[in-house]
Amino acid sequence: MQWFLDASTTGHKIALMVVAILLFAAVMGAILFAVDRPRRVPNWIVAAGFLGPTLLLLLVGLVYPALDTIRGSFYSRDGSQFVGLDNYATVFTTDSFQTVLVNTLLWVVLVPLVTTGLGLVYAYLVDRTRFEALAKALVFLPMAISMVGAGVIWKFVYEYRPDQPGVNQIGLLNQLLVMLGMEPQQFLLNAPSNTFWLIVVMIWIQAGFAMTVLSAAIKAIPDDIVEAARLDGVGGIQMFRYVTVPSIRPALVVVLTTVAIVTLKVFDIVRTMTGGQFGTSVVANEFYTQAFRQFNVGLGAALAVLLFVLVIPIIAYNVRQLRLAEEIR
Amino acid sequence: MTMRARGRRNTALAGGLGVALVLAGCGAGETSGGGGGDTADPSELSIDCAPYEEFGDLEGQTVSVYTSIVDPEDQPQIDSYVPFEECTGVEVQYEGSREFEAQLVVRVQSGNAPDIAFIPQPGLLATLVGQGAVVPAPQQVEANVDEYWDESWKTYGTVDDTFYAAPLGANAKSFVWYSPSAFEDAGYEIPQTWDEMVALSDQIAESGAKPWCAGIVSGDATGWPATDWLEDVVLRSAGPEVYDQWVNHEIPFDDPQIVEALDLVGGILKNPDYVNGGLGEVQSIASTEFGDAGLPILDGSCFMHRQASFYQANWPEGTEVAEDGDVFAFPLPPIEGESAPVLGGGEFTAAFNDEPATQAFQTYLSSADWANVKAQVSGPGWVSANTGLDVENLVSPIDQLAAEQFQDPEAVFRFDGSDLMPGEIGAGALWTELTNWIANDKPTQQVLTDVENAWPAA
Amino acid sequence: MTTTTPVMAPVPIDERRLTRAERRAVAARTKFSSPAASIIALVIAVLWTVPTLGLLITSFRPELDIRRSGWWTVFTDPTFTLDNYNEVLYGGGTNFAALFVNSLVITLPAVVIPITLALLAAYAFAWIDFPGRNILFVAVFALQVVPIQVTLIPLLSIYVDTGLAGSFWTIWLSHSIFALPLAVFLLHNFMKEIPASLVEAARMDGAGHVKIFFQVLLPLLTPAIAAFGVFQFLWVWNDLLVALTFAGGAPDVVPLTVRVAELAGTRGSDWYLLAAGAFVSIVLPLVVFLSLQRYFVRGLLAGSVKG
Repeated sequence: MQWFLDASTTGHKIALMVVAILLFAAVMGAILFAVDRPRRVPNWIVAAGFLGPTLLLLLVGLVYPALDTIRGSFYSRDGSQFVGLDNYATVFTTDSFQTVLVNTLLWVVLVPLVTTGLGLVYAYLVDRTRFEALAKALVFLPMAISMVGAGVIWKFVYEYRPDQPGVNQIGLLNQLLVMLGMEPQQFLLNAPSNTFWLIVVMIWIQAGFAMTVLSAAIKAIPDDIVEAARLDGVGGIQMFRYVTVPSIRPALVVVLTTVAIVTLKVFDIVRTMTGGQFGTSVVANEFYTQAFRQFNVGLGAALAVLLFVLVIPIIAYNVRQLRLAEEIR
Repeated sequence: MTMRARGRRNTALAGGLGVALVLAGCGAGETSGGGGGDTADPSELSIDCAPYEEFGDLEGQTVSVYTSIVDPEDQPQIDSYVPFEECTGVEVQYEGSREFEAQLVVRVQSGNAPDIAFIPQPGLLATLVGQGAVVPAPQQVEANVDEYWDESWKTYGTVDDTFYAAPLGANAKSFVWYSPSAFEDAGYEIPQTWDEMVALSDQIAESGAKPWCAGIVSGDATGWPATDWLEDVVLRSAGPEVYDQWVNHEIPFDDPQIVEALDLVGGILKNPDYVNGGLGEVQSIASTEFGDAGLPILDGSCFMHRQASFYQANWPEGTEVAEDGDVFAFPLPPIEGESAPVLGGGEFTAAFNDEPATQAFQTYLSSADWANVKAQVSGPGWVSANTGLDVENLVSPIDQLAAEQFQDPEAVFRFDGSDLMPGEIGAGALWTELTNWIANDKPTQQVLTDVENAWPAA
Repeated sequence: MTTTTPVMAPVPIDERRLTRAERRAVAARTKFSSPAASIIALVIAVLWTVPTLGLLITSFRPELDIRRSGWWTVFTDPTFTLDNYNEVLYGGGTNFAALFVNSLVITLPAVVIPITLALLAAYAFAWIDFPGRNILFVAVFALQVVPIQVTLIPLLSIYVDTGLAGSFWTIWLSHSIFALPLAVFLLHNFMKEIPASLVEAARMDGAGHVKIFFQVLLPLLTPAIAAFGVFQFLWVWNDLLVALTFAGGAPDVVPLTVRVAELAGTRGSDWYLLAAGAFVSIVLPLVVFLSLQRYFVRGLLAGSVKG
């Protein structure tokens, strides 16, 4: 047993890794073998075999903590007393909360739309060109950089230095402004535009994801559709508008949804770049601050529940798409 | 390893009891492996092992330590445990993380607490004690603290009259960094009083330069350098008694005396004639990394920068920190009276169980032996308020100055107030509001009133 | 269902699929037909690359230069140093190779396990008819919104109780759990793009679900799996939170990111080291991406979907 828990040498670690994967494969194989009785087993048992392990993990790892969070949001800061809706009242009556909510909405609307839009246009433009591989790698690159790295990268874009003799700009944007004969700007200081500068960072990171998925979807468009359109004299922007976009609609929904949810949860960018100051905070950042900096578990839980609520419109939209898809099928 | 440790213990025992510290090897300088020029090799330092005998045979046990101290300051910490490990055969497992505070609470609540954590905020210590996670300090530790520390330090490790956590390292915050050569060239004198400092600032401003530079950006803790300014001035303008009342919320946060103090700070930090040397307008204080804020002193575009003793680590490599070097610091002068009060911070050693090995290690960390070993294996930028610390063991003149301040029985010492206040204030509203005070020129009274309103109901 | 909502060509599905393979061969055409299109693509590519280029240059500059002048000044006044990399790789007494191994040992199972589970789950949601299917699917994908942070204490408590704490298992399990909602959601989408007639045909031949899954769907999905695998690889490789929480206190387990995050220094101002650290940790993900890139260029469903 100890062999499975304490791995300290490289060989041991790698062996453990291989054993873990094999063990996992064996368990899954056994489950599938057990349910694989064509035509005699009711569907739900087969489904249980396919879904069981996933649902079990999700129940323990996500559903239970989520329910516990909802419960905790009705309790006091250390979870000892039931306080009803007090935490929610606190959230909604805090002066700065309106700003936080507006910022969050800005993030959740702008990031998915712009990311998906840019990813789509870019994927379409470089599709089947000579430079496709390189062009995609460049936009994908930010995905491979950790949040810490991204924070440093953008620091060297937004950093402000005064326009004085002997002082050099070290932020790229301000250098450009100075070269154009303008005053350097405090990009991260001045609300509300600072929120947009932070949103740019998130778009920069996520565009690679959107591009990859959408590019694949574009490639899956049956050629005969494209050919038929071409024979009808459709080309350029019209082709994009009337053939490409409608054809990859499901992929667009998936990308929009995924990016929106990721955006809702993201707080690293705000935390590392402004610390949530200067009117840039978002709900996820407030949640983190309350739960892990000020240890107000109740209030933190209430903010997390607010995130759950904010995702409902996204879910509703997906349910609708799912229904539409079922009908077509 | 085990063999070596056992052998060590015998030698050390034979070496004699009562000898506080013995340099076993020949010289400190030439032997250090890769740690840097003038620090001692930890394996050549030995201590009196007697205090740890009463904890029984600890051979082969491990003690885990969790801290917020990371690279490059973690290596001297690890090195400083070597003599203890050689005495007892205990292995100390060190882990430092910048996410320490959040992670510590997660681990404690999940039942995965380390044996020992170094907690920089007495407020966080109280929270953890409230959850029943922290074990009171053993009587050996308490004896050490009574012997080596100023009484005020003990109170910061005490919650509800029970003593939990011994102080460990410390930093002195009431320093103003300056360039001795720039001062000499211009004929400026080091100010001894607040009024002299203001007069000097005016003089520099009249010459067309900006006397002060400052920056309060520090990631998610943006704003803390401004709280230090405020605390330092409250301590000087209103005095230590009012400071204590203010920190403990016995007077309103926006008491007129505090308003006056913040206005005094504003007289410097929000004075467009005074700031922000080499960094821009007043507003640029809110966008400058605290670590970069003092650097304009080096190129002569700024003359004074108020920041703690640990700021010496931020000077670029090759900068000489000395009274006749490139940069040095003078104590932030008093407003009334002769001696300047000292504002400081530090870590406290909290234990999460009462295993003998844990307690033995706690005892070691609270001893004068540890402070001296640590001083010898550390480069510049470490100091302790342990009065058993031999100032000569410290490398840097600033650290020596700080240690002297801590050991001066006359000096008034107060702990960083924002670390003592509830987290909503000390690591929340106060940071935000002071940042607003600078970035958006929010009025002083309103800033303090808003903090007062944010103070959590008891 | 198929991917399409045909607007232009009301071609019957079956007929269209038959001709697809042939048509694809004809399809090599250049999209950069108009200069405007090329310029837009070029502008995006440059905008996306310049910030990273800045960091790359910064990572080779001396500390003081970084604080005093912009990275673009190297073009007129080149001063480079390897000090930052030296300190990142050899400073602080950390064994970088060991951390690298840890990262790898963490990442591989944390990619393989959730993808396998998600494939099976996505198959069930897409092709097995059972009561409550849609509700369950929506519930699973909605779980994406649960912030990892709220799960830390409950999960760690379980790991402590079961004696798993501080081992690789906790990290593998946690990453798998956190990846599942998104993995199921994405793979379900790809899974549904496979024409129903393929599955029906196999069913007519008497194949059970397991056989259909392995013999019909899996080969078609290889590129999609590779693509999601790269995403999951990146997320796990760059993860800090999960590693800090579950590998905490276990030096044998902590990955590269934990060390890179520490490079910021106790008070978080050593970005000259962060710059170098960021590039050290980007190397492997980049290699993985480039080596799997052919899948990205080809599309997420293998070749053409043959009838």
